[in-house]
Amino acid sequence: MSEYGFFVDPSRCIGCESCVNACAECETHRGHSMIHLDFLDRRETIATVPMVCMHCDDPTCAQVCPADAIKKGEDGIVQSALKPRCIACSNCVLACPFGVPKVMVKQEQMMKCDMCYDRTSVGKRPMCATVCPSQALAYLPKDLIQIGRRETPVHSFRFGRQAVTTRVAVMAPVGRTEISLDVADYLWEQP
Amino acid sequence: MARPPLTLDRLAERYGPHLNTAPPGGWDDESQRPAQKLVKTHCCFCGQQCGIQLKVRDNQVIGFEPWEDFPFNRGMLCPKGVRRYLQGNHPDRLLQPLLRADDGFRGATWDEALDFTARRLREVQERHGKDAVAVYGGASLTSEKSYLVGKFARVALGTRHVDYNGRLCMVSAGTAYKATFGVDRSPNPWSDIPKAQVVLVAGANVAECAPITTDYLWRMRDAGGKLILVDPRMTPISRNADLYLPVRPGTDVALFSGLLHVVLRDGLHDREFLADHTTGFDAVAAAVEAWDPRRTAELTGVPPEAIEKAARWFAEADRAIAMHARGIEHHSKGVENCLGLINLCLATGNIGREGAGCMMITGQGNGQGGREHGQKCDQLPGQRSISDPAAREHVARVWNVPAEQIPQAGYSAVEIMEAIHRGEIKALLSICFNPLVSLPDSAYTREALDKLEFFGVVDFFLSETAHHADVVLAGSLQEEEEGIVCSAEGRVIHIRQAVTPPADARNDWWIYVELARRLGQAERFPYREPREIFDELREASRGGPADYAGITYERIDQEQGLFWPCPSEDHPGTPRLFEGGRFFHDDGRAHMQVAEYRESGDPCDAEFPLFLTTGRVVSHYLSGTQTRRIGPLVAQYPEPRVELHPRLALQHGIASDDWVTVTTRRTVLTAQALVVRTIRPDTVFVPYHWPGERSANQLTHRTLDPRSKIPEFKVSACRIEKAASAPAWAVQSLPAGASQKAPARR
Ligand code: SF4
Ligand code: SF4
Ligand code: SF4
Repeated sequence: MSEYGFFVDPSRCIGCESCVNACAECETHRGHSMIHLDFLDRRETIATVPMVCMHCDDPTCAQVCPADAIKKGEDGIVQSALKPRCIACSNCVLACPFGVPKVMVKQEQMMKCDMCYDRTSVGKRPMCATVCPSQALAYLPKDLIQIGRRETPVHSFRFGRQAVTTRVAVMAPVGRTEISLDVADYLWEQP
Repeated sequence: MARPPLTLDRLAERYGPHLNTAPPGGWDDESQRPAQKLVKTHCCFCGQQCGIQLKVRDNQVIGFEPWEDFPFNRGMLCPKGVRRYLQGNHPDRLLQPLLRADDGFRGATWDEALDFTARRLREVQERHGKDAVAVYGGASLTSEKSYLVGKFARVALGTRHVDYNGRLCMVSAGTAYKATFGVDRSPNPWSDIPKAQVVLVAGANVAECAPITTDYLWRMRDAGGKLILVDPRMTPISRNADLYLPVRPGTDVALFSGLLHVVLRDGLHDREFLADHTTGFDAVAAAVEAWDPRRTAELTGVPPEAIEKAARWFAEADRAIAMHARGIEHHSKGVENCLGLINLCLATGNIGREGAGCMMITGQGNGQGGREHGQKCDQLPGQRSISDPAAREHVARVWNVPAEQIPQAGYSAVEIMEAIHRGEIKALLSICFNPLVSLPDSAYTREALDKLEFFGVVDFFLSETAHHADVVLAGSLQEEEEGIVCSAEGRVIHIRQAVTPPADARNDWWIYVELARRLGQAERFPYREPREIFDELREASRGGPADYAGITYERIDQEQGLFWPCPSEDHPGTPRLFEGGRFFHDDGRAHMQVAEYRESGDPCDAEFPLFLTTGRVVSHYLSGTQTRRIGPLVAQYPEPRVELHPRLALQHGIASDDWVTVTTRRTVLTAQALVVRTIRPDTVFVPYHWPGERSANQLTHRTLDPRSKIPEFKVSACRIEKAASAPAWAVQSLPAGASQKAPARR
């Protein structure tokens, strides 16, 4: 068995909110769900999109944190802000290109998806990806997902001038190696 | 007179629904202490019966843990499964028997409550005859309990009239499968779905009502298969449908006839299979002759090209599956609709093979097992017909009664309510059923309940129906009792007791045993635990179509469930039925039946030009007795919404969140609009999980399918208009935590 990977495929999502409910059952943030589930535009479509932390290799949230409260572990997991350090300034909330961190007003602390650290660190699968009935969120051995699905897992993203690589993958059309949503990234510009 | 003893507001104040939002001890404190044990069992909230582990501490369920080794769902759960544990330790839980009193209900001892119940049942029977008492059961009960309910009615009370809420669920499919195949079960295990090349899903909101099936469908597509969706609404699985057929409500059988027409016209049928394994094909072929794509399109609103394409995809595949649920079954021709799909499968030889078949998606928790062992008005245990002399002899021997003492078939669920209404039935004992919310035409149901001379209810929460009760016997939750159920795929599985009933609540089976004793039948109800009931059930089912003789609790645990029929302890069980084209009729063949289209029982006209259709949302279960008490599930979908298309909304000047009044030939309902492009412009949808003025079933009608006796929930004629103001129910205070005016996010 190869190493486990976390794969997000919004096109499979059925908007059931099982992930949202299950996330609140995690031991590290009991009662609080860290998942973002968006109904894109319910009038026009049933399409929904789940968003977990992408666990960036060089996390933007940590870069912008003035209190140095956001840490990435050896295992690549970007944790919630350290309670004694976090000043709840929301810089991370504004800066994260994926819109992941949440500032909990009552606790005065930024909390975010920690890939169910309590579970994944002891070899269990994360709550959301275990329960997800469509496996839009999937936590699988990396080779398995490539055998089973037609799409390609992508770990590279461009947001204008910012390039981000992530531990979590988004499933993209076959053969894609990077996801970019900005026309500027596709232009030929004279050096 | 069985009227509610208090105003509904005051009853709600005392008995809820209130919302439970946190595990026992709260999120931050007590509940962080680790569980003392993890109990492997199954979710109670639909026929998928997902494996789940309940975390238990101090005899309380404090949370859940996925059960990844259970093969059906491999850890997957929908939000109902995730939050189900919040039904335990609930402030609304009934903790002792209640007797009706001048100022509401008062607590009583078990002796008092049981003596009273038995005495009143006996008095009514002495005065008005045995059949003046009716018994209701439910399809969320374990199979042991459903068996017990049937035996209790027929042996302890000696009444003909016992039926169950599965009458609102699986009976159209059951009738069609019995008639054609000779047995009532999905012929294929779910593991067949990913192996199909084409799956046609008709009238099944898989994403919301059988969410785990989504993964099976997506895996089928991963492997290159195609998904065809037949529904008046684009339900969430439409996002990956390869072909969407927006059928007009009530015209499903016409569409299926159109598909079969194309198959036969183009010679794509499996002549060899039809000749060797079926009867009745010629009549079926003649009946679909007239349904050319053009005529089919005119009635169904599905384009002729789409009909051609769907028919070809289905017939040209080596392995195709048709799946269906209440969307085609809740009709006055629900049986015909199912027969239409069955005929399509048989004609193309898609049955009894891996990845090929016709599959009903059973809805309720024990929707499959609950209908097999004798709480259905026309059946004895083992899915035997109650009119079959040999079946009666067999069961009479197991029950130790003379065969002629077993009553003949009685009324079905809605017919029982009608007999109460006209005064023929005077007393009712009900468990696991909330007809005031779930039966059509709720004003009629309320009038009937008011007329009862005696009404006894067994339940764990005071349902809206139980407001009318003379006595409420505080029973048990699913996690408080041992037993077995049968899942949608025909897999018999083990429900393990995780905790014991709290305070003075009792196990349901004990309640029936105690009542039987008080009715002088102690020796025929000698059970000390559910296992003894199960062992008797196995004997009673022996030799019937649903043969459980070889199934034991131990085998279920070792083999991750067992598929019936399983006639002996060395039999491996039967995951797939009809292999080799052998069906359950005596001649071994499938008996194809003609399925004709006819108008709905509540047709549209100038005054009521639109179709109203009803159904479920993902966060609620049936009449909501449980899920309307679970905070996060209520937050997800707090109140019913009227779904309508922008084109229809524009005609009436309605925007999302506006209050809309839906009027049918019964009455009106006012709820907030959800304007969406994902529904036919001639159709409005209202989910049915709520009581009182929010109840969609105020609007529905009592027309039944003549054979299955299922009500026509999926088609009522209606009109809509923008309401001048919010209705009374929305102005009154709602339970804390439920937002009064939820934004139209979904
Ligand atoms: S559990 Fe899965 S399908 Fe359901 S909303 Fe979350 S991501 Fe989507
Ligand atoms: S991985 Fe765990 S913490 Fe992150 S969103 Fe999923 S359930 Fe929540
Ligand atoms: S309600 Fe059904 S699909 Fe949802 S978790 Fe329970 S059994 Fe599974």
